Amino acid sequence: MELVLEILAKCVYMIALIMIMVVVLIWAERKGAAFIQDRTGPNRAAIGGVRLAGLVHPIADVLKLMFKEDIEPTHRHRAFYNLAPWIVFSVALTTYAVIPFGDHLTVAGRKVGLVVADLDVGILYVLAVASLGTYGVVMAGWAANNKFTFLGGIRATAQMISYEIVMGLALMGLIMVFSSLRLTDMVAGQGELLWGFLPKWGVVVQPLGFILFIVAVFAETNRNPFDLPEGESEIVAGYHLEYSSMKFALFFMAEYAHMVIGAALIATLYFGGYQIPWLPRPVIEAHAGLLLTIKLVAVVLASVLIALLFLRRVQREKNKFGDARDREPVLGVLFWLALALAAVGGLALRPWAIGPAGADLVATFFQVGMFVAKLVFFAWLFIWVRWTLPRFRYDQLMHLGWKVMLPLGLANIVVTAVVMALV
Amino acid sequence: MLDAGSVMSFEGLPKGSGDKKLGFRDSIYLWEVVRGLGVTIGHLIHNILHTGEMPTRQYPEEKHVYGERFRGRHRLMQREDGSPRCVACQMCSTYCPADCITIVAAEHPDPAIEKYPASFDIDLLRCVYCGLCEEACPCDAIRLDTGIYEIAADSRASFLVGKEFLLTNDTDGTL
Repeated sequence: MELVLEILAKCVYMIALIMIMVVVLIWAERKGAAFIQDRTGPNRAAIGGVRLAGLVHPIADVLKLMFKEDIEPTHRHRAFYNLAPWIVFSVALTTYAVIPFGDHLTVAGRKVGLVVADLDVGILYVLAVASLGTYGVVMAGWAANNKFTFLGGIRATAQMISYEIVMGLALMGLIMVFSSLRLTDMVAGQGELLWGFLPKWGVVVQPLGFILFIVAVFAETNRNPFDLPEGESEIVAGYHLEYSSMKFALFFMAEYAHMVIGAALIATLYFGGYQIPWLPRPVIEAHAGLLLTIKLVAVVLASVLIALLFLRRVQREKNKFGDARDREPVLGVLFWLALALAAVGGLALRPWAIGPAGADLVATFFQVGMFVAKLVFFAWLFIWVRWTLPRFRYDQLMHLGWKVMLPLGLANIVVTAVVMALV
Repeated sequence: MLDAGSVMSFEGLPKGSGDKKLGFRDSIYLWEVVRGLGVTIGHLIHNILHTGEMPTRQYPEEKHVYGERFRGRHRLMQREDGSPRCVACQMCSTYCPADCITIVAAEHPDPAIEKYPASFDIDLLRCVYCGLCEEACPCDAIRLDTGIYEIAADSRASFLVGKEFLLTNDTDGTL
């Protein structure tokens, strides 16, 4: 019974994390794209005149998509047409099962590993399930029975075949270094230090493998510069052209869920997962009080700084619009001051004198937080790259995949093997 | 016509344009990708810290003001007594390249004026805002100087504006 509850709790945490990330990423994509291109971005949806810098837009989007008419072309293949979005979306969620999002948490004297399913073939599971998503894309492209969707599906297949191989080859090097397929082992291995000062992260021991992997992940998630399956300029919207309403929303959410899984994989395999560099878990537990105090002080300082930035905006934009929108920066000041106050309240509880039970909790909190921070950064990297690079041409894509990255992947394995045999 | 074997000339274009072969640094992409990421993040950070300097105009609240010579929606000029200055000479409707002006003339009670427009209709959907009617008018009766560029309505019929509308010289932008 306890085991079931435990797994359920972890599933709920993971799904909540993904869903929140999806909403935040949609916002970050729009606002980030706008700011990168010197635009202001979405700022019209408002609740009572408050726009929260465009954060109200996802709510408006959901409402719009839910109440939109679900138009189905008469020439579709009904079963596959309806199945495809569910495959894409559920596959995107399933992959997270093996990602460790923390070391362990002691609940009622029992150590609970913070991973939903600690499979001993973790990486193979990821590769297997992630490539299932392509079936959804191809199915959508074929079942809609439209030239453009069909082309999108074909492009997705060709791209997946090319880059899945590179991904597997890049991971081979990592598997050799950590001699395990289990993701928890790999993350634990990345907590060590190389030559006593460098964290033994995947990116340090496998730099070329990392570059190959990150490029392959971008191709796998269908994100720029590899978003040929939906290439708007050539094939309208690609494989999801004939979908509307919530079925389209599923594709849309799946794209962002895939981004989050891609970011989680990059963070887990090459950037130490939940490991904090130079701060292994025993050290955190030993100095939990000190670290927590530093953390709270940092939160206070950072929030006060951001509150001051908002205060500057309050003064500058006093009469910009002449309605409720002028009061938005005031909300910002209040929010960040409230956060600073909460942190001060935490300091008042004397965190430096925390007990050993609390130390375990603090260590878990720090590591889970580290994982989320890495996740957010790499998810942002997807958006950042999308608004920096143009899309590859189809022949360039194939050239890069087969004639550049495949040989490099093979060479990486050979070099890794030679170095491992020598050292 | 270019045949298959001919080479395009890039003379006169900026240095580096054209289908030249990439050097090693460009062909591995990575360096240029990182440089590009630097450019975009620079814009992002600058725009977060200086939101006020963004060139975006918050349109319905902030409207663009065109120059004085901008040709906006038409208006009919009035005499001191409020009657139209137009003498229904049909010069503007004759000149109009879009054929959007329809004038029905009637006899004016004042013998010094001869005629006046019983109706003066402009189809704003056909008008190309060229201003030739302004040029043609012998008595400065029609002008396009309102500066109104938001010409929108719910039905085609409401774009057909008449004498009363043009004389009242509304500037609120609604039809």
